[in-house]
Amino acid sequence: MSLAKPMMRGLLAKRLRFHLPIAFGLSFVAAIAFKYMVTEPRKQAYADFYKQYDSVKEFNAMREAGIFQSVRPSGE
Amino acid sequence: MLRQTAVHMRGLLARRASAAVTSSSVRMASHEVSETVDMSRPMYYDRVDVPLPDKPYKDLLTDADKTLKQKEKGPWSQLSKEEKIALYRLMFHQTYPEMKQKTSEWKTVLGGIFFFLGFTGLVVWWQRIYVYPPLPKTFEGDSQAMQLKRMLDMRVNPVQGFSAKWDYEKGQWK
Repeated sequence: MSLAKPMMRGLLAKRLRFHLPIAFGLSFVAAIAFKYMVTEPRKQAYADFYKQYDSVKEFNAMREAGIFQSVRPSGE
Repeated sequence: MLRQTAVHMRGLLARRASAAVTSSSVRMASHEVSETVDMSRPMYYDRVDVPLPDKPYKDLLTDADKTLKQKEKGPWSQLSKEEKIALYRLMFHQTYPEMKQKTSEWKTVLGGIFFFLGFTGLVVWWQRIYVYPPLPKTFEGDSQAMQLKRMLDMRVNPVQGFSAKWDYEKGQWK
């Protein structure tokens, strides 16, 4: 019974050769997916929000609701 | 009464002393000592990650084993398959497949985990009834509605979050 001599060296290198490209590839895919599914829509949402934003109007609405301590609603 | 107890004590002590003297030898004979392993000397072990233990499995060889060991010193092609296996078994206790046999230990582990999770659940339940203080008034429905209204008035997260989902013109959720 004579078996072939098993692989004695280079086991980690062999594993890395296989797994490292996959690891990098998947990481890039995850980053790109996050960019285009999360950050770009978020940037667009903020842009759209502030395009039609009237800060004075919002402030007055908040003031009338009575949440501020420095300015009370105009009725008081 | 003190003198009576003193007499009692003397009698008891005498009995205990005689008992100790007579039965000590009997006690030693019936006492079981567990086998102690001298860990300062090389030991045998079956480990998957360390293939060659510090000493062979069988130390005390029978005469047949000794002749086999002599034959091992010659060319190995003259050894039969059974002799090679016998030599292996002299040197090692278990083969790699035998070492790697899967056990049912995971069932015990999982069962123990679930058991203690369940016990913890009972403990928490008891605590809920007997230990926790009453909830603050702010947890009630009216108070929660007031808190919600104040969050909308403050325009909490108006871009993508909380207030973005409220329609301020119509006064309802979008």
